[in-house]
Amino acid sequence: MSGKKKGSLDAYTVPTAPFRPGDDADFGGTWKEQPGDLSRPDPVSCTAPETHDHAHGLIRVLGDDDSASGEWDPGLDAEELIRGLEMMMRLRIFDDRMIKMQRTGKLSFYMRSFGEEAIAIAQTMALDDTDWIFPSYRQPGAQFVRGRDMVSMICHCIGNTEDNIRGRQMPVHYSWKEGYFISISSPVGTQFSQAVGVAMASAYKGDDQATITWLGDGTSAQGDFHYGLNFASVFKPPVILNVVNNQWAISTHRNLATGGSNFAARGLSYDIPSLRVDGNDFLALYSVTKWARERARAGKGATYIEVYTYRAGAHSSSDDPSRYRPGDEFKCWPGGDPVERLKNHLISIGAWSEEKDAELTEKIDAEVMAAYKEACTFGDLANGPFPPASTIFTEVYEEVPWHVQEQREELGK
Amino acid sequence: MAEMNMIESLNSALDNMLEVHDNVVIFGEDVGYFGGVFRVTDGLQAKHGDHRVFDAPLAEGGIAAIAFGMGLNGLRPVAEIQFADYIFPAYDQIVNEIAKLRHRSGGEFSTPLTIRTPAGGGIKGGHHHSQSPESQFTHTPGLKVVYCSNPNNAKGLLTSSIECNDPVIFFEPKRCYRGPFYGDPHNVPTWKGHAKAEVPEGHYSIPLEQAEVVMEGDACTVIAWGAMVHVSEQAIKNSGINAELIDLQTLVPWDRDTVVNSVKKTGRCVIVHEAPKTSGFGAEMSASIQERCFWHLETPIIRVTGWDTPFPHTTEWDYLPSPERIADAIKKTQEA
Repeated sequence: MSGKKKGSLDAYTVPTAPFRPGDDADFGGTWKEQPGDLSRPDPVSCTAPETHDHAHGLIRVLGDDDSASGEWDPGLDAEELIRGLEMMMRLRIFDDRMIKMQRTGKLSFYMRSFGEEAIAIAQTMALDDTDWIFPSYRQPGAQFVRGRDMVSMICHCIGNTEDNIRGRQMPVHYSWKEGYFISISSPVGTQFSQAVGVAMASAYKGDDQATITWLGDGTSAQGDFHYGLNFASVFKPPVILNVVNNQWAISTHRNLATGGSNFAARGLSYDIPSLRVDGNDFLALYSVTKWARERARAGKGATYIEVYTYRAGAHSSSDDPSRYRPGDEFKCWPGGDPVERLKNHLISIGAWSEEKDAELTEKIDAEVMAAYKEACTFGDLANGPFPPASTIFTEVYEEVPWHVQEQREELGK
Repeated sequence: MAEMNMIESLNSALDNMLEVHDNVVIFGEDVGYFGGVFRVTDGLQAKHGDHRVFDAPLAEGGIAAIAFGMGLNGLRPVAEIQFADYIFPAYDQIVNEIAKLRHRSGGEFSTPLTIRTPAGGGIKGGHHHSQSPESQFTHTPGLKVVYCSNPNNAKGLLTSSIECNDPVIFFEPKRCYRGPFYGDPHNVPTWKGHAKAEVPEGHYSIPLEQAEVVMEGDACTVIAWGAMVHVSEQAIKNSGINAELIDLQTLVPWDRDTVVNSVKKTGRCVIVHEAPKTSGFGAEMSASIQERCFWHLETPIIRVTGWDTPFPHTTEWDYLPSPERIADAIKKTQEA
């Protein structure tokens, strides 16, 4: 028998978050890891053990002084960086407008990418245009990179007659085949293992198509996380597996997803090269994804990435984080604001200005409002019109079987 | 035509599909080099290559997930779940993902795939090598559910399942792999000489949604699937009653016209399955038949099923519907 008394309160550990409402959050001010700390190994010859330091450290490019440096600097020109900034701004403004719509009853539900805008945008920019995107909730930004029309996105969120998925899923569950953006589903983590199958099919067909997928720190507790990593380890298809460690899964702190503190190093035990990257650093995100894409193209299999970030906003419009964490916690996050950081970098190299920023903000805001108004011409939440009730019965199967047809006739619409 | 047992006919179907469709891939636990614990994939890896027929890690949830991804990206995966009892780690992937992809994406994406799985009792498999969980899948819109019963329809239905653009859960009655099962554990015939052991070589398909009238009769309709088709056949013979036997073959969508026409003709109906009675697919059949045939029915529809208990090991013959129980039910339908 151990010395512990049966039923005593220290018999097992129940983790809690480090900071709760009323606490002063403190993450140490700034990152101790600096750009240039970590080498950029040759992606083609790199083995998992060679990424030991990359999995335990933090890959950064943008320094605290807004400069870009180190081996991981992707050397993007100003035009590409401005494109990235523009899309991050667009996503943030879009999200802000949509959450306002939700608050005024014009959308049933919404989820913002606030604080995580760099992730899907930088990572998708680093991919080929026909690579498969298998997103979770906070990667709608990938659609901006591939050029999806905002009207179409809003029509989906409303669920009106122009919703390409016919009002069947909650808002933000986008599907966009033209952009190789695979339909989002609510059970979290299922896409992680499915993405490995998508990538295996690309490899089987001989297509130079990689697949990228993401799940959250909380979701990494699911079996699908292990299935994905293990199948990727065994079959070595061209897949990029990301864990977005944004510290929170609704109110579940990441210390419920692991007894340790590191998600990237888990990949090493699957013998997959594993990187840990500052998720608020646009340049570092772009760079690690480019590195993973090179490995995929060379037939070297999977790369696993922990995207280290902070969920600045609520989980969704149904969530109130002030109930479980300090309201200003995100302001203490050493990674700062990803949009501000890229903006400040561009200003520091003389490629951007506050004036241009204000001008672009105004322009995007007008575009988002115009898109919303146009979307509402196809139906708004209060008044419709919505897709016809007959769409309940279609696309369940390729053809409507007799028993479903009978039920459609019973509904009489 | 060639004489085959069910293992050989399933193997023949898979071999043919690999030959005809270069996007067919087959995987599952032990299916590659070894050829499967029941030998269904024997020789296929050697013939078609290890990229097309391969072993998977022991993770049913992962197997279903990669099948989903492959089907979405242009392949025709045929995944084996070694025993239907082990399909539940894949349940979320099947029910929430595979079944719903086409609908949830507005038809933008779909994942045509087949999950083959040996099911049913009669092999002294106890709790976890004997269950017949078809109703766990018939309750999920988006899936087609198929249950073969003999070498001929095993090949024909498997071919149709693989060529179907919807996901199919394909149950194989493992008790019938090497011979029909008439409900007597001491009488174990092989398929040799059985009419249904005659199987076309090359491409051979039987349409899904098509039941087969195995024995014609006018006194009672007996509906069964899987191994229970043969047990019911024996029961009808023992009963001396001129009953009609229908092998349902496809459970979703089931063959409405064949079933309804038969029950309207006989006015009496017995439904037989191995799975537990409560919420079994027999309940769905019974309800649907009375909705459509109530004024033609002379006596109540009777279900003869496994009990609402876990599947036993040494007492499985008292669990499975026996020819005696089925014959008694058929006789009971005549008592009015």
